[in-house]
Formats: sequence, C-alpha cells, structure tokens
Amino acid sequence: MDNMAAKPDETILDEGIEKGAALLTDERIEKTILRVLNTEGGARIKVYVDTCVHCGLCAEACHYYLSHDNDPRFSPAGKVRQTLGEMIARKGKVDREFMKKAAEIAATQCNLCKRCAMYCPFGIDVAYLMSVVRRITHLLGMTPQYIQATAHSHSVSMNQMWVREDEWPDTLQWQEEEARSEMPKLRIPLEKEGADIMYSVIGPEPKFQAQLLYQAAILMNAAGVNWTMPATPGWDNSDMAMFTGDSELMGRIKRQHFETAARLKVKKIVMGECGHAFRSVYDTGNRWLGWKIPPIPIVHAIEFYYDLIKEGRIKIAQKYAEPVTLHDPCNVVRGGGLHEKARYVIRAICDNLIEMHPNREHNYCCCAGGGVINCGPPYKMARINGNRVKAEQLFAVKARGARTLIAPCHNCHSGLEDINHYYGLEMNVKFIGDILYQVMEKPE
Amino acid sequence: MDALYRFLSGPLAWVSFVVFIAGSLYRLLSMGFLVRRKEKFIFSVMSWKYSFRSIFHWITPFASVNMRRHPVMTITTFAFHICLFLTPIFLLAHGVLWDDAFNIHLWALPNGLADIMTLVVIAGGVFFLCRRMKLAEVRYLTTLSDYLLLIMVAAPFLTGFIAYHQWIDYRFFMTLHVLTGEIMLMAIPFTRLSHMLFAPFTRAYMGSEFGSVRHARDW
Ligand code: SF4
Ligand code: SF4
Repeated sequence: MDNMAAKPDETILDEGIEKGAALLTDERIEKTILRVLNTEGGARIKVYVDTCVHCGLCAEACHYYLSHDNDPRFSPAGKVRQTLGEMIARKGKVDREFMKKAAEIAATQCNLCKRCAMYCPFGIDVAYLMSVVRRITHLLGMTPQYIQATAHSHSVSMNQMWVREDEWPDTLQWQEEEARSEMPKLRIPLEKEGADIMYSVIGPEPKFQAQLLYQAAILMNAAGVNWTMPATPGWDNSDMAMFTGDSELMGRIKRQHFETAARLKVKKIVMGECGHAFRSVYDTGNRWLGWKIPPIPIVHAIEFYYDLIKEGRIKIAQKYAEPVTLHDPCNVVRGGGLHEKARYVIRAICDNLIEMHPNREHNYCCCAGGGVINCGPPYKMARINGNRVKAEQLFAVKARGARTLIAPCHNCHSGLEDINHYYGLEMNVKFIGDILYQVMEKPE
Repeated sequence: MDALYRFLSGPLAWVSFVVFIAGSLYRLLSMGFLVRRKEKFIFSVMSWKYSFRSIFHWITPFASVNMRRHPVMTITTFAFHICLFLTPIFLLAHGVLWDDAFNIHLWALPNGLADIMTLVVIAGGVFFLCRRMKLAEVRYLTTLSDYLLLIMVAAPFLTGFIAYHQWIDYRFFMTLHVLTGEIMLMAIPFTRLSHMLFAPFTRAYMGSEFGSVRHARDW
C-alpha cells in the first residue's frame, strides 16, 4: 500500500478552520491562548510541559506515528511541540498560519485515545494537552466545519443529528411496529416513570441506524427488562462538544441527559454501544457539571449484555459460527475497563474468538474517535492513512482465521468500515448487539 | 584558585543547598496550590493504592510494556538514574562533607565501586546524547536546552572522575567539579531536571486516573 499521507506538510483545506482563521488578529490569538493557559488551565498543563524530558518514548504508542513510517511530527510529544509547546514558549504570540496548523493537528491528528499516556514514563497525558489546543481553537472560532455543524445541532436540538422533537418518538413507534412482527407483544415504553432503566442512544441511531433500536427493543423485551426511553430531548447521550472544546455546551447536553433520567426516576441509564458517549457521560461531562461519578449510574451496553447473559435472562439459541475478533474501543476499555466483560459476552455468543494483537488496554485506536471522524469527508483519508497500522493488525488476525470484526462502539465501527474497504480487508464489521440479536432465543 | 575553591565549597555550597531545597519546595507547593485553585477534581481522583501501583510499575525495570520494547534504553536509564542519585550521596569523599556540614554519618560506597558508578553516569550521558542525535523521534523534540541539561548533569561526574584520578591539574578539576555540581543542584527545581520532583506526582495522578476511573492498567 503506498503511503499517500506521508506528506504531512500538506494542509487539508477545511472551511471551518479557514473562515475562522480569516477573522483572527494577532491580539485575539494571544489573548485567547493566555486566557486558556493562565485562567482556565491549571497545574496539568504546566507540569506536563515542564516535566516532558523530550525522550520520544511515547512515539511508538501512537498509531498515526506508526502509520506514517515513524514520522516524528506524528508522535505525541511531536504534536505538542508543534502546538501547545510553541504557544507556551512564545507566550501566545503566534500567527494565523500557526493556528491553522495547530487546529488541524489537534482536531484531526489525535484521537485523544490516551494510549500514549501508557507509554510515557511520567504518564504525561498528551490527549489532554491536545484537548487544551482544541479549547483554544474553539474559542477562536476555528473548529473544523463538519464537527462544528454537529455541535450546532447539539446546541439547537440537544441531539447530534438535527432529529426533530416529533421525529424521535415517531422513529421509536415505527421500530416498535416493525419489531412487533417478530415479537407481537413487544413494546418500546416511552416516558415510563419509575422504570429500572432508561435506555439512551446516540443521534445517528434514529437518523440512519434504526435497526439498532429494533434490536435493542427485542433484547429488552426478551430479557423482560423494566425499561423506558424518554420522548423528549435528553434521549441522546452523544457529545461532540466535548471534542470541539466547547465545554459549556458539553455541560448543557449532559445536564439535559441526566435530568431526563432523573425526571423519569430510573435507577440507571443503559447506553448503546458507543464509546465517546460513554466517555462523556461517565468521565468528562459529569465532572464538568461537578459530579465525581455520574449522578445516576451509567451502564454501557457491554456491561448490560454481560449482566443479562450472566443472570441467564438471555438464552443463546445457537452460537455465532464465523470466527470473530474483537477491537477494544479506547473509550470503554482504556476508559472504562470493560475488556474482560466484552470477552465474556463474546465467548458466550460466538464459537471462536481470535485475539488481535495488541489488545485490551494496548489496542490501537480505530482513528475515528476523539471527534476525528466527525470532522467529515475532508479528513477521511487522513484517518485511513493515519491508521495503516490498524489494517496491518487486522490482516494479521485475519490470517489466523478471523472473519468477523466486532467493534462495540459507533465511532470504531464506522472508522473500521472505512479501513476495511480501503485496505481490502473484506471482514464483516459488527456490533455485539448485531450478533446477540442474531443468536439469542426470542420468545414469542 | 584557593580563594575561589574556598568560596565554592563554603558559602556557595550552602547557597546551592538552600536554592535546591527552597526552590523544590516552591515548585511543589505552587503546583499543589494551583491544583487546589483550578483542578480540585484531581483530589477526587487520587488514590494511594493506584498511585503506588503505578509508581511501583514504573520504578521496576521491565515492568511496563514500553520498557520491554526498549531493553537497552531501559537498562541504561535505570543504571544511569540509580548511579546519578546514589553516587553523590554515598561517595566516601562526600561523606566527609556530610559529616562536617550536617554532622551526619553516612555509609560510604567503596571507592572502586563509586568509580564504576561514575563511569556508568558518564556512559549513560553519552548514550542519551547519541540517542538524541540519532533517533528521529527524539531529535525532533530536542532543543538546545536538552543538550545543555545533559552537559550540566554529566559535568560534575566527568570533572569529579578526572580530579579523583589526579590525571591533570587536580586543583582545577576539583574546583570545576564543585562548581558544576552546585550548578546542577540549583538547576533542578528550575529546569526540566524538575522531572525529578514531579515524576512521582504525574505518575500517581495517571495511575489513579487509570485505576479508579478507567479501571485499566497504565503500564
Ligand atoms: S492519537 Fe492517541 S496515542 Fe496518538 S497522540 Fe493522540 S492520544 Fe496519544
Ligand atoms: S514519553 Fe513522555 S517525557 Fe518522553 S517525550 Fe513523550 S511525553 Fe515527553
């Protein structure tokens, strides 16, 4: 495979970055950088930048670096050098061109996957430093256009995909009807106060992956779960604002989500197979709102399936025969420790799990996460070229027999599909839920 | 020369200790206050158990994946840092100074061993220098200050070694040894050598974040 992206000097034109940059003045750049460094930012920025001994040991942690033939510009500390390091060294006196490059690096050449934090001897968190850069570019109004459009959608509709208030219950009703042809007594209970579980999903599910709602409804009904979905905004657990650096908006979105669950008086929130949403609800958004842990317990789909299978509430009719491999999503594995539970579930529903290497906490990111895939078509090839190493990892596991690639995260799923097609892997990319739906016993 | 030596080993030695200790305290306390003012949530994440779990993994040779990936670097960096830390404290000749200045009686390294340890530090410095110049991912991050720091750290060992063996101008190298040693000591809190002060805290934080929030390993 020739390496098209071994030209990191070429800046990809993005209207959001370009138009934002056109409005910048040197004073505004300086003021904004200093505001973030000195007013919003705290000890972590200072200590990380001062403690980094420029040893380069984090380089091999990053899939971008590995995929670009070890180009040092793609190493974690190399990205800090080109962005925040320079801003600090020059006390915010950087120009528009510099900021454009910095915006591109932070938004599209780092998935905030935190793998590098496991490789740095000091545990320096480059993902955090990149999100500081994103915060600066947000305040300067130069976020990539596609992800910014998503953030706008959040801001207006409280969901990621401009799903209108009436479209949401409509979609659920439609899926309920569809599913009733398979399970005649099936319900998708809306607004059921006091249910055990509120099930929340990300915006793309009602928009163009409605079959996932269908499958979830079958699962809930088959397992006899006392569940509900809200009919109001607050049903969407996703959060692109967390990735654009718009912390204020992130706070609004998360508050609405938690408040909706509180209004329904549920015991916990179960969420679909999404990684970034988990990060937002479990770790980032709740903290911004001042909660150390989420005010209502959050259960990721992996954990939910685990509980259902372990408690025998779901029976498996016949295990999935095609050999599978598991991609550990950063946000739920390195971010939530769900790797062993995922394996338990997969072993319960599949005949043959073949591990890819590295795996668990050390798995390579899909290169779609951290909002990179949400930066849209301009950066599609940046993602694909930036993760050649993933294709190599998958070819290796395919050579050992794996045919289905399980990716229990929406971003991973879409990003891996792109890698699958571009590199000609020809694997079947699936959610755990797809397989679970296929192999479970479905009572009448 | 004698007057200079007396000044260096007398008043300036005290100054350098005071600068080192006060500077280190200042850096650590100001970090602590900054965390309290801006990032209080850090306290809510911190856990003794996971802090030490992480620190333990990273002060044990080959206990992390990345250390196993770079065996030569791992051996060198451990040998370098251990010798860098122990030699100046337990050197026989320094023991006399500890005794004179603070009335502390320290066990002393046999001279032959101390000699080897000094060479380890110097060789480690050369290794780091070559690494910096040769490996693209390190060179890319390197600034002039990185070279100066390396020289600053190696200098007291190199001059001490030359002085101990009395090959050339003993007095000159002895003077230089004291001076460079004091410069290094004073530089610790204010340069990237401060990783010595901050490493336990950055490690503890990342260990705690991984342990108590992420339920994952960080090594
Ligand atoms: S993509 Fe992951 S490994 Fe690379 S710099 Fe960002 S957080 Fe670190
Ligand atoms: S491994 Fe850590 S200390 Fe070394 S260059 Fe990377 S971030 Fe800096």
